[in-house]
Amino acid sequence: MAGLRLEGLTKRFGEIAAVDHVDLDLPPQKLVCLLGPSGCGKTTLLRLIAGLETATEGRILLDGADLTGVSAHDRDFGMVFQSLALFPHLTVGENIAYALKIRGVDKATRDRRVAELLDLVQLPGVGERRISQLSGGQRQRVAIARALAIDPKLFLLDEPLSALDAKLREKMQVELRLLQQRLAVTTIVVTHDQREAMTMADIVVVMNEGRVLQAGPPLEIYRNPADTFVADFIGISNLIPCEIVEAGTVEVAGHRLALADMPSGLAEERGAATLSVRPEDLHVLPVAQGQADGLRGTVAFIRDLGASVEISLDCAGQELVAVTTPKERPAVSVGDTAGIEIPGDRAVVLRG
Amino acid sequence: MTGARMTLRDGLLPAFPALALVIFFLIPFGIMLTVSFFHRVPEAFYEPAFEFANYARFFSPFFGKILVFSMFVSACAAVLAVVIGFPFTYFLSQMPRRQQIPLIVFLLAVLSLSEVIIGFAWSTLLSRTAGVSNLLVWVGLMERPEAFTPSFTALLLGLCYLGFPYTVLVMYPSLSRLDPELPEAARMLGASPMRSFFTVIVPCLRNTIVGTLILVFVFTLGAYLLPQVLGRPQHWTLSVHITDQAIFQSNLPFAAAMAIFFLLVSLALVGLTLLVGKDTETAA
Amino acid sequence: MTRTLKRLFMGLVVLFLVAPLVVVAGVSLNAPRKLRFPPEGISLRWYGELFAQADWFHALSNSVAIALAASLVAVSVALPLAVFAWRHNVLFARILFSLGLAPFMLPPVITALGFMVFWVSTGLYGHMLATIVSHGIFLVTLPLVTVSLGLESINRELIEAAETMGADRRTTFLTIVLPLVRPYVFSGFAFAFVLSLNEYIIAYMVAGFTVETLPIKIFNSLRYGYTPIMASVAVFFVAIAALVFGLIARFGDLPRLLGAWSGK
Repeated sequence: MAGLRLEGLTKRFGEIAAVDHVDLDLPPQKLVCLLGPSGCGKTTLLRLIAGLETATEGRILLDGADLTGVSAHDRDFGMVFQSLALFPHLTVGENIAYALKIRGVDKATRDRRVAELLDLVQLPGVGERRISQLSGGQRQRVAIARALAIDPKLFLLDEPLSALDAKLREKMQVELRLLQQRLAVTTIVVTHDQREAMTMADIVVVMNEGRVLQAGPPLEIYRNPADTFVADFIGISNLIPCEIVEAGTVEVAGHRLALADMPSGLAEERGAATLSVRPEDLHVLPVAQGQADGLRGTVAFIRDLGASVEISLDCAGQELVAVTTPKERPAVSVGDTAGIEIPGDRAVVLRG
Repeated sequence: MTGARMTLRDGLLPAFPALALVIFFLIPFGIMLTVSFFHRVPEAFYEPAFEFANYARFFSPFFGKILVFSMFVSACAAVLAVVIGFPFTYFLSQMPRRQQIPLIVFLLAVLSLSEVIIGFAWSTLLSRTAGVSNLLVWVGLMERPEAFTPSFTALLLGLCYLGFPYTVLVMYPSLSRLDPELPEAARMLGASPMRSFFTVIVPCLRNTIVGTLILVFVFTLGAYLLPQVLGRPQHWTLSVHITDQAIFQSNLPFAAAMAIFFLLVSLALVGLTLLVGKDTETAA
Repeated sequence: MTRTLKRLFMGLVVLFLVAPLVVVAGVSLNAPRKLRFPPEGISLRWYGELFAQADWFHALSNSVAIALAASLVAVSVALPLAVFAWRHNVLFARILFSLGLAPFMLPPVITALGFMVFWVSTGLYGHMLATIVSHGIFLVTLPLVTVSLGLESINRELIEAAETMGADRRTTFLTIVLPLVRPYVFSGFAFAFVLSLNEYIIAYMVAGFTVETLPIKIFNSLRYGYTPIMASVAVFFVAIAALVFGLIARFGDLPRLLGAWSGK
């Protein structure tokens, strides 16, 4: 399948490997989010793909063609920068037409294309304005329009929404996603916001310390994190120390738990591991209703947020969080001992 | 604390600097202005009078020639310094901080160098016995060593040398604040590095460039030793003539009149740079 | 390709800046009393002569004394002015501040002539005091700029915090403001010192015939016969400047002093 392929891609700055042997296959026409904490190498990876950095090792292939040695300005990609990097000395229209002008497109065609793109980003008629006359959200749209002017082979965005306030950011995430689906352009977005990634992405690539930890559809990553870092970074997770006693069975604080599924790599292992359980999968019950020999914990705090209820528990020194709806809120209060149920089909056992 | 209530002690705080600047800076200019209207007395300094004779001399061909030449040579030096200095400063500001520092220290050291030393260094470099001509002979480009100084070219080189570190340090703030993503954005849109330099970086900083040109022009206009060391008498500039009139011709009133004229021109030019303004967008 | 061109360009410019200094350094090593490059025989004798020959040593000590005293004058005028302008954003403060910036912005010949007529009028023409005060006022701009930068970098909440803990204005100044701007005061002093050492025209027009500084001595020697001592003085000056600015760079924030974005 065509698309973007990264082979052993490495970028070292002195001793530090910002991107460390990354192998990835990204399908065409999809939206991919590079997700990770700051300093994880996601921006460097994007800049390598853009051609703004030169790889120390490895190759980048687009539809089978090696991009090594192709300058950034010859790649025909579109990029939205973190600072947006709109040219302050040019008007909105001139900014959008910049790439077309460089490619020798005539004035009439350029004007037509600018009008088209401004319609596309829902900013009709601002072509004559100066950049300084636009609001933050409008600048965002102009930067997107400018990057799309030449129908780029790849559409790259580096933390594009980080300058916007929370409400506008959520709105733009949806707009950007709908736009990408309409244009069916292969898109890579760098973000540190897991909610943003879950909202927009077809594929999420989780990175840390220059390496790719897991790549896949957002829900799959949420349901089956590959390791404790991913489990912790994507959403909230209860990471409970456990022991693998036999294939498909773990022991948590002296209680045996049968798992519906066991990662193939761990089937043969025995001993200490970590159990990852999402807060919405953890059930809290008043002691009377629970199994007599079930897992127990003390209710430490109840956070009633109206739409949901979060219950913090102390279970043998381990802090656990359960989330439920107000309707299903168990009859427990702070200080009570409560029963804790972990559904075997929703818990994932992880190495370490 | 902006706009804090002013106490008596606060009122006294600026008393010393205010007095110092008024007595030793404003009053000297006042005296100079007065002297510029005085009558020159040969064999003495001057006698009080109120005449425009010293200013009338501006309209003589002698003064006109000096003025035109001074402006011409300074303009040449300023343009050269900025044309070379702008890309230099841009590349400098792109280097890692750690590598920038030694170059900046070096530029500051050259900037602080006395004109006397710069003049001496260039006259040595361009001399027959110790200069580049020996190198050219050794390479085989010249038959025998020759002195390149005094000459117009020597003066122009010296003024460029004088103005160059100043140029770089004046442009450095704007260039180091330029958003590094701007040229990158241009490259992603298909502009070659050269094209992105001329279509994005230069126009973004046009105010800085114009402002620097004016400031370097005023700066090199102030050179008073290089024309004497590296140029011939016909290359003497306004600054040289002011000193010459004041000290060797003992004509303080005429020197003062020239200085006042020079002052007004400089103030007007420096004022112009404020009008041109900074490229505020680059800091955004 | 572009990178190579860039390096070549930077290298050529640096060569242009370095070449005269290299030749001067070479000339200073001549064994005979000749300005030859490459030098004829290598000797450090002209550096010794700078201290051994009474007239050169006299000029050197004049220069150093004037530079020290003048930078002290400059700092003592600039510090209260900078603090005042920082505390009170009033018209008077702004005018005074601009007045402090002016001497350095104008072509030095003008300022020099102004000082000359002033000292002629007061009868101090030709005294070292005239040189010191003139240099002090001329160089006020440097500590004024560095100290103001230092004051601006102080988070105003620090002062408010001290005030909530009971410090009055004097105590806040002595315990918070002054320690924080101290490096900037030293930088300003150092800038003024180096520039005073190199200054020619004002020193010449105010007391050139009686108080000979090193630049004046060099210029006079340029007229009456070159000696390699001049080259050794030039090397000495470059070394001092590089040392002082190197120290500022080592212990202070040089890019910030020059106005670069601090958060880079």
